[in-house]
Amino acid sequence: MNADVTLIDWSRAQFALTAMYHWLFVPLTLGLGVIMAIMESIYYKTGKEKWKRTAKFWMKLFGINFAIGVATGIILEFEFGTNWSNYSWFVGDIFGAPLAIEGIIAFFMEATFIAVMYFGWNKVSKGFHLSSTWLVVIGATISALWILVANAWMQNPVGMTFNPDTVRNEMTDFWALISPFAVDKFCHTVISSWLVGSAFVVGVSAYFLLKKRETEFALDSIRIAVITGTLGIVLSVITGDSSGHLIAQKQPMKLAAMEGLYDGSKGAGLTAIGILNPAKEPNDDNEAFLLDIKIPKMLSFLANRDFESFVPGVNDLINGYTKNDGTIELSTQEKMNRGKLAITALSDYSKAKEAKDETALVDAQKRLDDNFPYFGYGYFDSPEDAVPNVPLTFYAFRIMVCLAGYFFVLFIFVWIVNHRRKFEKMTWLQWVCLLSIPLAYITSQAGWIVAEVGRQPWAIQDILPVQAAVSDISASSVKTTFIIFAVLLTALFIAEVSIMVKQIKLGPAVEDELHK
Amino acid sequence: MDYTFFQHYWWFLVSLLGALLVFLLFVQGGQSLIYSLGKKETELRLLLDSLGKKWELTFTTLVTFGGAFFASFPLFYSTSFGGAYWVWILLLLTFVIQAVSFEYIFKQGNLYGQKTFKTFLFLNGLLSPILIGAAVSTFFYGAEFVVEKGNLTSGLKPIISSWTTQWHGLEAVWGSTDSFHLNNVVLGLAVFFLARCLACLYFINNIDNAEISNKSRKQLLINAIGFLITFLYYLVRLLFKDGWREDSITGIISVKSCVYWENFMQMPVVTAIFLIGVVLVLYGFIRTYFCTGFKKGIWYSGIGSVLAVLALLLIAGWNGTAYYPSLADTQSSLTLTNSSSSPVTLKAMSIVSLFIPFVLAYIWYVWRKMDKKS
Repeated sequence: MNADVTLIDWSRAQFALTAMYHWLFVPLTLGLGVIMAIMESIYYKTGKEKWKRTAKFWMKLFGINFAIGVATGIILEFEFGTNWSNYSWFVGDIFGAPLAIEGIIAFFMEATFIAVMYFGWNKVSKGFHLSSTWLVVIGATISALWILVANAWMQNPVGMTFNPDTVRNEMTDFWALISPFAVDKFCHTVISSWLVGSAFVVGVSAYFLLKKRETEFALDSIRIAVITGTLGIVLSVITGDSSGHLIAQKQPMKLAAMEGLYDGSKGAGLTAIGILNPAKEPNDDNEAFLLDIKIPKMLSFLANRDFESFVPGVNDLINGYTKNDGTIELSTQEKMNRGKLAITALSDYSKAKEAKDETALVDAQKRLDDNFPYFGYGYFDSPEDAVPNVPLTFYAFRIMVCLAGYFFVLFIFVWIVNHRRKFEKMTWLQWVCLLSIPLAYITSQAGWIVAEVGRQPWAIQDILPVQAAVSDISASSVKTTFIIFAVLLTALFIAEVSIMVKQIKLGPAVEDELHK
Repeated sequence: MDYTFFQHYWWFLVSLLGALLVFLLFVQGGQSLIYSLGKKETELRLLLDSLGKKWELTFTTLVTFGGAFFASFPLFYSTSFGGAYWVWILLLLTFVIQAVSFEYIFKQGNLYGQKTFKTFLFLNGLLSPILIGAAVSTFFYGAEFVVEKGNLTSGLKPIISSWTTQWHGLEAVWGSTDSFHLNNVVLGLAVFFLARCLACLYFINNIDNAEISNKSRKQLLINAIGFLITFLYYLVRLLFKDGWREDSITGIISVKSCVYWENFMQMPVVTAIFLIGVVLVLYGFIRTYFCTGFKKGIWYSGIGSVLAVLALLLIAGWNGTAYYPSLADTQSSLTLTNSSSSPVTLKAMSIVSLFIPFVLAYIWYVWRKMDKKS
């Protein structure tokens, strides 16, 4: 395929840029939302004003963050059309539905109840206000549900069939969209966001302790946050394990990239520590690692729940291999051949339809049906096109896991010392908590890098690669908008951080001037 | 209920969302008036505090409008968004800067100062109604694109929808190509003036301040005149212009004269909705201007604008009309039948859409409860 590589790369870069900026704000919305709702629930139950004050302070920071999260979110919705127009038609019949449902239910829920949350303190009852706060959190979570259902579907397309008459995929079963893959993705993403919210609350509270201000407020906040964060990490480990298992079944190339695994084996070990060989390419003789320490057989167990099972590597996936159930997985070259057959069959189908040749039509339909599972491979020029960026996926995965482990230890430790009323005096630990805030964001971003870089080059797994998903626009246009977005989003991010820092410095005692 | 029903039902929903969006653009109209009505700091704060409680509704309606269009008519989404790239990107940028401005403008630690965010709000208020109006106008006046689904099997360039000008959307309002239409600009201006009129009515209703009310009434007169001139010009041109209609049997699209006039004549209910809408809009304007104690004009003109825009969008797509005509290739024009989602998707989403009245009723209930104590 003679694709405009520059256009594809700029389109990918723009989507990555805007998505990563968006994801700077969403996990804090999801995580902080839960924490402040818990705080208000305690206020509702105990009637203690200090909890209202505590909840209101975090709500103020929530609002600053929420606004920019909303602003950056709309960009992504538009970009599906502006930069990935082919994708929008090819799978819009399925992908659009969750997006629309997200808008109809979740966004309106948020838009309404967030106003009650901020402006309704003395206008609605305590119970109504608390319900509104929880509905903001639920609304934000439901927003995440539908977009994650859509994202999961891209990685595991189900519940649809290809219609050669309309030249697109069409939904056959709406409920199939909420597949185990989607449920797992939703749970893992949302719950792992609690880590970000918790790290933020713990870090900011530690700042107050370092400044010897608002001690009671800070310790109360930390108490809620470390419990939420620890619970979030434990649940994320469970959903992460399930996610790994599903990836092994549905996206084995992504798993191979996550593990830097080129040559698969039975009883494959999990790389605990590893430095990849930068010179390594698929099907060459170089060693994959310069240094690695593996946990024996663990990868096989995590992937297939069997210590002795076979886990394919990048080379196996390119060259073909025998799966654990004895069936043969085709080589990428063979998949490319069959993909090209599918594309040719689609072309023949259109010609036969125009010529009203029923026999040719049936024949083309059969060839298309037989080969459609490999349709996207038909756009590749070489088998290596199917391999994602291995180092980026490999290291991002390890950064995510290591940092999540770090936060688990940190939260437990802070929980214990706070319970023993010693945290207040441990200045060094307060500094650690404060300085750890950026690490939480890195954890979260690294998770998305694994998910999205690891699935390249697919826009839709096996069906539509990114080079066939783009819009018919010039690379220079996308390059220009990339620069505009980069400048604008960076400026807004700086503005957000500046306001956030100022509001934190002012502390819970200061009421917002406008929205009081 | 067959496929055709669901296609028409979803065009109705998309049109309703579009109509609600136009009504809610009173937020943008208000933003465009901040330099005229909010010269004093206290007035500015009153204006922005009032608008600040509503901007999310406009924003979410835009998001929902986009999402619903994507889900129900994905070929429009892919063709227009991918083709008229610069129009949509510009619109997007104006909304991005709006979203943060309301939250950040008066916050301490605001690095760029109030003026920057005030300018952002003004720019969004100025540009977005014009851009949305111009974009909606292309539903009647068309754009230059070609849709060729067979391209997916092309090894060289497997892209289905292509724009045939290098302007990528800007030609709708500026340029020397065939689709340069003053009419698109006129509708953009009509939406702009309408948004400002609605904003004046909203301020009169929502802000208990005599000076703002008086200034709003003056602005109402000026902008209502602007609206009437541009809207009537556009309407007359629209009623007597050619349109693109699809043959229900062959699916062939051809250019016919006075299509939109015919649509009004053949769909009397839609015509009645349109006329009632126009009357309500004017009633809201006139009574508010002449009766100083009357504050409910926003409800009359707001509901009226929803009805009028709804009717206009319905005549754009119903009755076999191509709602997105292609000036480059007539057969590429988009109609409800050739651009919609599959029956299963439309049906599934239709079930979800039944929640919309409850969501709207709840929003109304919540705001009523809040406003009672404001």
